[in-house]
Amino acid sequence: MATTDTDEPTRRDFLYVATGAFAAIGVAGAVWPLIDQMNPDASTLALSSIETDISDVEVGQSVTVKWRGKPVFIRHRTAKEIAEAEAVDVSTLRDPQTDEERVIKKEWLIQIGICTHLGCVPKGQKVGDDKGDYNGWFCPCHGSHYDSAGRIRKGPAPLNLILPEYTFLTDEKIKIG
Amino acid sequence: MSGESIYQPSNGFTKWMDDRLPIMRLGYDSFIVYPTPRNLNYWWTFGAILTFALAVQIVTGIVLAMHYTPHANMAFDSVEHIMRDVNYGWLIRYVHANGASMFFLAVYIHMFRSLYYGSYKAPREVLWILGVLIYLLMMASAFMGYVLPWGQMSFWGATVITNLFGAIPLIGDPLREWLWGGFAIDNPTLNRFFSLHYLVPFLIVGVVALHIWALHVTGQNNPTGIEVKDDQDTVRFTPYATIKDVFGLSLFLLLFGYFVFFNPNALGHADNYIEANPMVTPVHIVPEWYLLPFYAILRAITFDIGPIDSKLGGVIAMFASIAILFVLPWLDTSKVRSARFRPLFRQFFWIFVAVCLGLGYLGGQPAEGGYVIAAQILTAYYFAHFLIILPVLGLVEKTKPLPESIAQSVLSGGGGSSEAAASPETRG
Repeated sequence: MATTDTDEPTRRDFLYVATGAFAAIGVAGAVWPLIDQMNPDASTLALSSIETDISDVEVGQSVTVKWRGKPVFIRHRTAKEIAEAEAVDVSTLRDPQTDEERVIKKEWLIQIGICTHLGCVPKGQKVGDDKGDYNGWFCPCHGSHYDSAGRIRKGPAPLNLILPEYTFLTDEKIKIG
Repeated sequence: MSGESIYQPSNGFTKWMDDRLPIMRLGYDSFIVYPTPRNLNYWWTFGAILTFALAVQIVTGIVLAMHYTPHANMAFDSVEHIMRDVNYGWLIRYVHANGASMFFLAVYIHMFRSLYYGSYKAPREVLWILGVLIYLLMMASAFMGYVLPWGQMSFWGATVITNLFGAIPLIGDPLREWLWGGFAIDNPTLNRFFSLHYLVPFLIVGVVALHIWALHVTGQNNPTGIEVKDDQDTVRFTPYATIKDVFGLSLFLLLFGYFVFFNPNALGHADNYIEANPMVTPVHIVPEWYLLPFYAILRAITFDIGPIDSKLGGVIAMFASIAILFVLPWLDTSKVRSARFRPLFRQFFWIFVAVCLGLGYLGGQPAEGGYVIAAQILTAYYFAHFLIILPVLGLVEKTKPLPESIAQSVLSGGGGSSEAAASPETRG
């Protein structure tokens, strides 16, 4: 450092700090591309919406489609399932949400089929699958039970199954993403 | 430790070299005349065994990379191509895959040896911390390597582990997408894991160099845990330690060979011979055996702790179980190093070993019912060992009298380490 005895910062001190600060900004600017290259790239982002025809999914059937590399559960719910989901007292839930908040059209429950615990795909889409204690989905990895509205009821998962952004283009066609 | 160098360049070339880059002097001082305690037992051969294991992983890994294709559509097939088409591919891959298990087996023995003989205590704290750092790097490398065959267990193991980062508040989601390079594990993830899997072993080589450097500054600990006083207490590294290491390595290779040639898939999972499918989760996702204790700790936290939900709590507990090793030298308050002279610690040590094995067993079981409760009890004990038992023991334990010196303990036949030191004596 500059050899002066004054307590006041000198012009030299200022130059040191300013130069150091500029160098730090320069390094940060140079490092940023190296970090950002790991984020989802343009081709991955370009695949961020899909359209699906749901006309041949009968009541009580489910289909799974792939969106952004993840399974999306589309379920054509029965009247019984809807009634069960609506009858639940919301205040007892870990992640309180009414059934209406989870659907656009009551019959169609559309959600991302990934357990909110550690990312496994829950069972319950196929006929004969274990649907858990609440007639919905059951994650075999760490034992999370979801109800017929995809809400977490029992087990380690903290949140309800995530809902993707989607719109009904027609009654028979949805756009996810 | 080694004091003045006594290396004598023997010819014109070595003299010329010694004045410019004294690398032969360094090798001579570090691996020929370097004084090692004369009472080292076979638990001290694992340093050399680990060095060998690292070299095997690097050599076989470089070769495998010549035949492997890091692409989501081709990785699985390229591994089968290695197994079926590449000359000796089956051998090289089985050595690499089982080599990882052998590497961890050796590192666990090495670490428990340090715990038993108090090798982490002053002045060897930095040596110990570097060792824990190597262990962390090993886990990172093993995890990423396991993803590369792109089987079901590769894919879902990677999903579960990367989702751990999603539990971090605020930055969890963007961090996870950054790690994935997408919205799920996919080709970008495989690519970067391949790149990093290739990098990390060389980082380990660097930290190993620091580890050995630190070792040669403080000198080795030994089964009595008392410091070397004079030349009476030591023997030359070569031939004594070298030959002993080679013999220990030979025994280790017998076990290694058994797995490679007779039971190459015993330590793996059959599910990993099914190609990765993002739409179907295997019924039981379990990590490789060497990570099971930590997996058990992760799953043991099934309850919320204040504002921390169970998911984040599990992640914190798991990382804390490793992080606590970094501060171990300051948690153990006993001045006596070796368990030989610590009757109480010796018993708690074996209980701790049993707890770690128990956690390993539970990590492989489904997370339900009694298994979860058992894992919670063992997890609590794991932390209590470091945070309560070790600090308190140092204050209350009555230790046995220490020998005058290493030489005296050897010559009086005490300490049960005659196998190490007998040879130089009988040869006279």
